[in-house]
Amino acid sequence: MQGQFWIIQTLNSVAFGGLLFMLSSGFSLIFGLMRIPNLAHGGFFMLGAYLGYSLLIRGVNFWVAALLGGLAVGLLGVVIERFIIHPSNRILLAIGSFLDAVIFRPLGLRAFSGAWRGMIARFRGLAGNEQGQVLMTLGVSFIVADVCLLIWTGDPMTLPAPPALRRPLFIGGYSFPTYRLVVLGVALVAAACLYLLMERTRLGAMIRAGVDDREMARGCGIPVSRLFTIVFLLGATLAGIGGVLGGPILNAYPGLDTDMLPLALIVVILGGAGSLLGAFVGSFVVGFLYNFGIALVPDLAYFVLFLPMVLVLMFLPQGLFGRVQL
Amino acid sequence: MTRGSVIAVLLATVVFMAVPWIVPGNFYINMASQVLIYALFALSLNLMLGYGGMVSLGHAAYLGVAGYTCILLVTAGYNQLTAAVVAVLFSTAFAGVFGVLSLRAPGLGFIMITLAIGQIVWGIAYRANALTGGDNGMSFPARPMPFGFDIQDAKNFYYFTLIVFAIAFFFLWRFSHSPFGASLKGTKEQPRRMRMLGHNVWLIQLLTFVMAGFWASIASVLYVYYNLFLSPHALALQQSAEILLMAILGGATSLTGPIVGALIITLIKNVISTYVERWNSLLGVIFVVVIIFMPYGLVPGCKQLWKRLQSRGKNSAPARTSSEPTE
Repeated sequence: MQGQFWIIQTLNSVAFGGLLFMLSSGFSLIFGLMRIPNLAHGGFFMLGAYLGYSLLIRGVNFWVAALLGGLAVGLLGVVIERFIIHPSNRILLAIGSFLDAVIFRPLGLRAFSGAWRGMIARFRGLAGNEQGQVLMTLGVSFIVADVCLLIWTGDPMTLPAPPALRRPLFIGGYSFPTYRLVVLGVALVAAACLYLLMERTRLGAMIRAGVDDREMARGCGIPVSRLFTIVFLLGATLAGIGGVLGGPILNAYPGLDTDMLPLALIVVILGGAGSLLGAFVGSFVVGFLYNFGIALVPDLAYFVLFLPMVLVLMFLPQGLFGRVQL
Repeated sequence: MTRGSVIAVLLATVVFMAVPWIVPGNFYINMASQVLIYALFALSLNLMLGYGGMVSLGHAAYLGVAGYTCILLVTAGYNQLTAAVVAVLFSTAFAGVFGVLSLRAPGLGFIMITLAIGQIVWGIAYRANALTGGDNGMSFPARPMPFGFDIQDAKNFYYFTLIVFAIAFFFLWRFSHSPFGASLKGTKEQPRRMRMLGHNVWLIQLLTFVMAGFWASIASVLYVYYNLFLSPHALALQQSAEILLMAILGGATSLTGPIVGALIITLIKNVISTYVERWNSLLGVIFVVVIIFMPYGLVPGCKQLWKRLQSRGKNSAPARTSSEPTE
């Protein structure tokens, strides 16, 4: 019995660590490249879980649902990055002239129309205002959370795991929850793919260059602002897939976003920002601490997370494997 | 102080004193108390944000630390004064630890660490059922009787809050005009130069953090007195974000800004939530709009507009004189 407890808790921890990796690797890359913590990342995870639920109850295959949910969240991420965090003047001008043609011209507001165009042309948005960009992601996260509440109501929803994986494996007299093993496997595959992407491809080399020195990378002709969009797409997609995968374990409920976001922050603080290895190690450390914390000392589960964070901040402010100053 | 600001202070005093007679009914008097409490939260955050350039998303943590300490001590049988003093001192000490940890990361990492610590405090309040009652929250037995005055009813409580707020405001005003306040502004604009000039930037920021924590703790105790109840929902991320939005909306670089911000947000929140349930969306939209279109906030924005209007009126006159040789 005692052995069973440890097996279950360990598997829960590694599965949770895997989910955290899906969430925090993107967060860490975004932070590394753009130097802003994307506070909407927990919202992306939650949205993924809800989208997965809606797809699954319509009979979509689990893995297809995970991919579709992830991609939908990824697209939302791109929209947020392009239109809200880094609105480029071209997009704004297009929106501006559209409004102009639809509203101001027909009403005969000539003077107003001119002022409006001038305002948009001079509008610099949040360029260079990184503090504003962070707060913007926070605003977006509230909107995402509230829209989820509006659509899917406040009741917790359990995503059904794939039927083949619901039955536990029996090995040597102990039972192993299959689904958690599979989640761990998916996370490991995702980690391997990300590693190959970052270390073995041209795109990865450009992202690494951007993380290490954004201005210098720009100077070398690397299209850094396009990288921003790509990394945001990647991070949001991973978070969305993580949400669908996490659904059968964690359920989808309002508040899932603010439960997961601080864990991702702690992973990045522990592992160091901008580093895949850091996100990987940090995720499993946090996964173990959080899970065993809840199982063994439920009252102090969060305090258990606090201590390693304090130690790392005091002695290794860049995190264990950090490439970037927090 | 210029004559204008003396008049402004006197006028503000009269208006604040007269609120219970102007507004109809206890509901609005209570809302006015709420505005003052939130204004104190926003002002304390503004100390860090507006003067020191430190954006904290963990300000509601003080509400947890000071609030729960105060409630636990009073329910354990200590008298009100001891409970309040110990709660504020303990919470201020916590601000010291909080500050040391957060200041390990300059810039945007600071936001991350404050958010993480704020959520950890929330998590402890939520999970530690034996201590805090978890999700059910804890109720506070009764408001105290400071110097024998009864502050049970709405009007008296408003005046009590107003007195505390006035004292706090005076201190914060003195602070922002002190040499220390000036060096804090220096660390915001030019941390490297300040370091070169021999200022201990880290210490200046830490002291500011602790002072902000102190005033936030006072506001927290007031919050507990006002609501007579505290639950983990009051220290969630949303609360910190609302306080931050108040400071930014009103204008973080001024002392009056956070008060205006607290007034607007509290009114919107109370009015809107009686009609629709979509307060969170609205909060998000206000965040996005304010940050894109009014990054400096209402009060400085209006001041600027006022100056521009004034100079536009004068422009024609000085333009003629300036063409003549001066002196």
